[in-house]
Formats: sequence, structure tokens, C-alpha cells
Amino acid sequence: MTQLGQYLVGGLATGSLYALVALGIVLLYRSSRVLNFAHGDVATLATFVAFTLLGRAVPFSIAVTASLAAAAVLGAAFFFLILRPAKEATLLGKIVMTLGLALVLSGVMQLVWGADEHVFPSPLSDTRVYKLGQVVVSQMSLGTIVSGLVLMGILYVLIQRTKVGLAMRAVAQNTVAAQALGIPARRIYALTWGLASALGGAAGVLLAPVVYLDPFMMLDPFLKGFAAAVLGGIDSLPGAVLGGFLLGVAESVFAGYVSFKFKTTLAFGIIILVLMIRPEGVLGREYHRRV
Amino acid sequence: MSRTLIERYEDDLFLVKGAAGWLGVAILLAALAMFPFLLPRIGLSYLLFIAVLGAANVIVAVGLNLLVGYTGLISLGHAGFVAIGAYASGLLMSRLGLPWYAAWAGAAAISAAFGFLVGLPALRLTGPYLTIATLGFGIAVYQVLTNWTDLSGGRMGLPVHQLSLGIAGLTSTQQLYYVAVGAAVLLSWIGYNLARSHIGRALVAIRDSDIAAEVTGVNLTWYKTLAFAISAAYAGVAGSIIAQALRHLEPQAFTFLESITYFAMIVIGGLGTISGSIIGAVLLTLLPHYLSGFRQWLPIIYGGAIILIMALEPHGVYGRWVRVRTYFRAWPL
Repeated sequence: MTQLGQYLVGGLATGSLYALVALGIVLLYRSSRVLNFAHGDVATLATFVAFTLLGRAVPFSIAVTASLAAAAVLGAAFFFLILRPAKEATLLGKIVMTLGLALVLSGVMQLVWGADEHVFPSPLSDTRVYKLGQVVVSQMSLGTIVSGLVLMGILYVLIQRTKVGLAMRAVAQNTVAAQALGIPARRIYALTWGLASALGGAAGVLLAPVVYLDPFMMLDPFLKGFAAAVLGGIDSLPGAVLGGFLLGVAESVFAGYVSFKFKTTLAFGIIILVLMIRPEGVLGREYHRRV
Repeated sequence: MSRTLIERYEDDLFLVKGAAGWLGVAILLAALAMFPFLLPRIGLSYLLFIAVLGAANVIVAVGLNLLVGYTGLISLGHAGFVAIGAYASGLLMSRLGLPWYAAWAGAAAISAAFGFLVGLPALRLTGPYLTIATLGFGIAVYQVLTNWTDLSGGRMGLPVHQLSLGIAGLTSTQQLYYVAVGAAVLLSWIGYNLARSHIGRALVAIRDSDIAAEVTGVNLTWYKTLAFAISAAYAGVAGSIIAQALRHLEPQAFTFLESITYFAMIVIGGLGTISGSIIGAVLLTLLPHYLSGFRQWLPIIYGGAIILIMALEPHGVYGRWVRVRTYFRAWPL
């Protein structure tokens, strides 16, 4: 029982990271039907920015804020400078362009910071632990879960309780109608790209102290984040959060009781299973296709 | 430039048009056949090995374009199919003692079977779902090969028996060159013919609108899985060539970066054209070779080229060439 509790805590910590990544993916998918393959690389780049600033003795909070801002600017710039002006860009073409961006970013990171692993300093400690009954929680896991939840709360307030959030929902629902009502859809798209990228950056900064920082750090969490988004319903923000936590816990329990080596395969098994049984995901709306 | 008047629809369908076209094909084939003998004279023998890899890349690119460019199903895991082909042919030769041609056919069949299996979820998965599923497939193949050491030799690697045509006077690389280039020419020819047959038209219909295609009587189940199986079979043959060229297989030769490189080939060459696949494959085989001093710049160059091509010329290098050609044919209009 204690062991199960231990796995649950570990699963919730990774789950909150998956949820953050999934939220970024879902935000973009909902508004423009584009799956952003550069999501992980933007996040890694943001983490590297924070890493460099920390190396120059910048305080942690400022470094992290700057890195999130960098991610947001990069995401918005990609939309404004490349995606929007593109000639006759089909959906396939847009997805391919995000793939190109992913390649460029990973190349830049290897060039600037090298392919080696770096230790990312964190104010939270991995060795200082709290005890919840028999279950041990490290300060790092607790910090990850709490920061994840706080960010999700901020996102919820932003989307459900502000005018900008209303505009984002309107654009996601029907771009043309939103434009006709005077909503600046392009700026909203750019904002969505920025917001999604910043969320990914936050996940990167939270993940980096646990694993080592290298240019491919976010590839695995990106795939898991996508699996979480599919599990929760790819057009549902609450679904992304639920899917993230579910996947994190499932993976942790699977690694503990069944097989550690094949825990990565579990995520893909879940994707295929979900699509066979309930293609719209746990919280997604029913899936209709139009010609 | 001589212009031929096309009088019948059937004439327009010919793959090679007129005497000039046939002459061009004959010159190309003769040049490919002479290549191994010309190289030592100008002191560039090492290019022969690059040419073998180039032939393998052409085969993968043609197969991948049939899937991505024609059918519109993105695969980011093609290195997985290539790996399956490479290991299958290597194991069939060493464990079962099959001759190389039988092993290659077996490798193509095994690869095609995996392509069929990956194609099954493609019936329900569209767009991003499928892309991620194929990406996951590529990574899964790599992980299985690394962990299942009985099969792959693990990190120690798997030695591959060399093929032999039994022709005296040819070095083993020259023999491999003829087999590889012969396979590339044959499979490209099959690709051209598939693309302009009813199969190719069905695939294009699925790409443009699968619901409309289904309504007009295209069997989605059959053609989507068929596209995957054909594409994977191409990759399997290419894998067999790569196994022969490397002589020693390691999972590291079939990573995610390889899948991306194959993808970059068809995007840069031109999606939805066989000629574009060949151009892209040749370009991206030669480019890393001549830019070996800038190896760390390669991802940036590939990625930048993909973005630029999708933004400015979605039909790729071949599409641009067709436009230039049409302009000059119609000049001074």
C-alpha cells in the first residue's frame, strides 16, 4: 500500500509536467488544428535560456520569467513571420513547417550549447523530503506538482474569466464569425502560440532539474504530452489536465509493477486503445467530420 | 527544341515521350552503368559507396512519397521500416542461410507486413494522430532493437554476409552498386507506373478528400493499408541495401534523425512527385557528404530548407523545375 502511494506521488509529479505540455498542444490544436512539432524544442530552448541566465548569477525567478517570455516571443514570432505569410499553406504544409522549426531549433541548441548533458540548478532540493504517513515526498516533486497546479489555475482564470480568454475561445470555435464580430483573430492566434509555448517552457524548467538538460530533453515529454492530450480529448483543456495526470500515474504504476523498460511503450498503447474505444477522448466532445 | 503534337489521349499518358525522351533514358542508364568504371580514372572511387547509399535513399524516398505525397498520410517513423528491412535481410542470410535475393524479398515482405500493421490504425487515425503513431513506431523499433539483444546483437552489432553476383573482375562494392542501382531504377519505374495507374489516382483522391473518395467508390481500408505496405516494402529493400553497405548493423544507424532526413528528402524534392523524390534523395545524400565540415549545421540547413520550401514553393525543387520548363516551352507567351 505504501509502495502504491509512493508510485502515485511520483506519477502525479510527472503527470503535472505531461499536463502542462498537453495543455500547450491542446491550446494550439483547438484554435488552428495544427499539431506543433516544435513544441518540445521551443520548451527546451526556453530551458536553455534559463540555464544560461542562471549561469550568469541571475536570480532564479527572473531567469525563469525571462525564459518563459523568450518561449512566448518565439512561438508568436513563428506564427507571425512564417506560418501566416506562407503561400497556399495547407494543414499538412503547416504541420511540416513546425517540423522544420523543430529541426532548426534542435540544431541551434546543439550548436550553441552542445549535445552534452548539463545539470540544471534548482532552488528546490531532491533530497529534502516530507513524510505523508508512510509515503515520502521530495521537495522537488511537491514543487513540481504545486507549480503545475498554479499554472493550470492561472490558465483557467485567463481563459474562462477574462475578455482575452473569451476572444480565444471565440476564435477557436469559429474564426470567421469571430473576425466578423471585430475580434483581431491574427493577434489572438499569435497570443495562443505564445501562451502555448510559454506553458511548454514552464514544463521544461520544471523537468530539467530532475533529468539532465540536453537538446533532446523534451522529445519524450512531448510525445507523452500528446498521448495525454489524446487520452483526455484533444480539443478539451480540462481533458488535457486529466489526461496528463492519468498518464503520469498509469506510467508510474506500470513501471513499478510491470516493466520499467517498456514504460515508454505504454503511452502509445494508450493512444491506440483510446482511439479504438473512444476516439474523442475522456472529456472531448463527440467527434464529427465534415466534408 | 522540337515540339511533338499530341493527337491522342493515350499518347499523353506515355511515361517516356518521343525519341528524345528515350534517348535521355538510354543515356542516363548507360551513365549509371559506366559510373563504377569512370570513377577510378578521376580518382573518386569513394563516391561509389556514396552512390550505393544514394540508391538506398532514392528507394526510401520514392516509397515514402507514395505514402506522404500521394496518399497524404504522414510517416515520421520510416527509419523503423528501413531498420526492419535491414535486420530481416541480415538475419535471413546468416540464420537461415538464404541467398541474398531471397533474403531481400523476405525483408521487403516482412517490412510490408509491418507497414500493413501500422496502416491498420491509419484507418481510424488521421492527421496528427497518425503522425505521432508512426513517430512512436520508429522509436519503438529502435528501442526493441537495442533491448532485444538475441535478435539484433544489441550494441555489439550484427555482422552481415556479403552478397556476391559471382562475376569475376568486379569488386564487392561494384557488385553491390549494380544491384543497388538496379533496384533503385526498377523500383522508381514501378513507382512512376503506380502513381499514374488507377492505384495512384485512388491514393491522390484519398489525400485530397478521403470522404469524397469513399463516396466515389475508393475502398479506403484497402488503399490506405496498401499505401503503407508498399511504402514499407520499399523501405525494406532499401534497408537490405544499407545492411550490405554497412556490413555491420547497429540500431544507432536507424534513429529518429534518419526518419526526419527521409522526410526532408521528399519535402525538398517535391511532395507528390516521383521525380521529386529522386532529386531530393540525391541532393540530401550528396549534401552531407560535401558539408562534412559543417555536420552540426545539417539540422539547421534541413529545417530551414523545409520551412522555406513549404513557405515559398510547396511543390519543391521539382515543382520549380516544372514551372521553369513550362515557361520556356510556352515562351514567348
